[in-house]
Amino acid sequence: MFQLSDVETTAIVLSLKVALVATLASLPLAIVVAWLLARCRFPGKGLLNVLVHLPLVMPPVVTGYLLLLSFGRKGPAGAFLEQHFGIVFSFRWTGAALACAVMGFPLMVRAMRLSIEAVDRRLEAAASTLGAAPVLVFLTVTLPLALPGVIAGMILTFARAMGEFGATITFVSNIPGETQTLPSAIYTFTQVPGGDAGAMRLTLVALVISLVALLVSEAVARRASRAVAA
Amino acid sequence: MTLTVDIRHRLGDFSIQAAFESAGRLTALFGPSGSRKTTLIHIIGGPGRPPRGTGGAPRPPPPDTANRIYVPAYRRRVGYVFQDARLFPHLSVRSNLNYGRRFAGRGVGTADFNAVVALLDIGHLLLRAPASLSGGEKQRVAIGRALLSNPHLMLMDEPLASLDDARKAEILPYIERLRDEARVPIVYVSHSVAEVTRLATDIAVLDRGRLAAFGPTADILARLDLLSGGEAGEGGTVLEMQLREQDRAFAMSVLRSAAGEIRTPQVDLPLGSRLRVRLRARDVMIATERPQGISALNILSGTVDTLARVSENAVDVRLDCNGQPVIARITRLSAERLRLAAGQQVFAVVKTVSVETAGAAPLPREDA
Repeated sequence: MFQLSDVETTAIVLSLKVALVATLASLPLAIVVAWLLARCRFPGKGLLNVLVHLPLVMPPVVTGYLLLLSFGRKGPAGAFLEQHFGIVFSFRWTGAALACAVMGFPLMVRAMRLSIEAVDRRLEAAASTLGAAPVLVFLTVTLPLALPGVIAGMILTFARAMGEFGATITFVSNIPGETQTLPSAIYTFTQVPGGDAGAMRLTLVALVISLVALLVSEAVARRASRAVAA
Repeated sequence: MTLTVDIRHRLGDFSIQAAFESAGRLTALFGPSGSRKTTLIHIIGGPGRPPRGTGGAPRPPPPDTANRIYVPAYRRRVGYVFQDARLFPHLSVRSNLNYGRRFAGRGVGTADFNAVVALLDIGHLLLRAPASLSGGEKQRVAIGRALLSNPHLMLMDEPLASLDDARKAEILPYIERLRDEARVPIVYVSHSVAEVTRLATDIAVLDRGRLAAFGPTADILARLDLLSGGEAGEGGTVLEMQLREQDRAFAMSVLRSAAGEIRTPQVDLPLGSRLRVRLRARDVMIATERPQGISALNILSGTVDTLARVSENAVDVRLDCNGQPVIARITRLSAERLRLAAGQQVFAVVKTVSVETAGAAPLPREDA
């Protein structure tokens, strides 16, 4: 009963890879955006805020379709990236990662922004009187003190990516071995007669992964906040 | 090194105007709360953009808005000690101390880690986390951290204000050592006469954003009109004295100055040490004849220099005790009964227990 088939194993490994890449690749940009929103005043800040949060409120299928329009082979961004960097998103696992990154971005930025806002600005002022330029103040004081929030944001994004379905299937379809992630595989199993056992096995695996992610995040965040508060 | 401050700033009802030049090693910015002391040192070297004016130590250029020079805080090389120590909670004491050194640049300044650690006596704290330190220890580490960033100027913004008396007494000697041994001019903000008497070489008095007076510590503290509010009774004479004798039987010390001998509660310093002693004007009595059968131990003879009526009922009598001014604040009634007049021979009487020795501190060495 618990013997996983090749298709299932492939989907699980692919999902883990997609979620990990989506989380790590969006991390630097998320930190910069969170810092901009938390600490800077500039024209267009409201617009940036709306743009970042859009995937949270839009139907995932709409996000996926917009990605297909812009990052597909014939889309403006997709054509540009393929021509100059050889990066192709459409119908590749990288496209699935992009979809997951976009869908998880608001969660990541939100968690980081809140924890950056919570950092005592008087400590930042002290750092600047000690000779640290603004970027160094951020890297040596703000970011380490906001670490629990950064970690929480990463875990949320990872978990969201493990479960991403609508945007992914719209953007890069459901190709076994390339773009068939865990949710897509479950969906496929439920669409064929006799697929119940496979769907159940994958559901259990998804449950275990979610639980582990949650436990790890709790442990890491607790350790980080202890280091900060100590 | 000379400290030059010339600040004029106006924003609605709010204005600040101060210009002075100090060659002293520790210049106190003194005034009651609301006198805008902190605003002034924010302009000199605080985080953020100064409104208008110039201030600071030479090289690199201090903010100078007339010449449109603005140096951001992180390049100003001003060591700022905040009222709350502001140690970085995620770093050890050692890393906190080293924080500013990384940005000071190679070959700049001579602040030596071990020397600073020894000066502030924080060697045993290096591996601790800031959260585990006492308030006094935190403030010592904060001072060391500022000093190790190789500043041209140290700014201390009421560094003792958030500490209790015991912790204050614990830190004061270290600030004295800093003043006497570190080659960095210090600007020290305070509203406490006791702190300023003990630490300052020069005092700039601020009153609602204006410079009310500037000069050497003894001269400023002798001007009782400069003090107001809770510190109004704290003004008086600062005598520079030498420790001559320890009277262990009665736990007293005998100090000598030009004005005469004074007995104080015991001071634990070697004989010959030079000390500052503050006689509050309100604690000094005046007698026209040498008093007999009186408990007060200190009787200085002198002549009346000036009499100044300071309120409905009080008169400040300035005495000349062998070249050393001593001020007494007495009632107008007493002054009239004694028929005090300039040139008259009188005696100043001070109780030993009212002589301020908590503020007594070694003077900066003359030869340093």
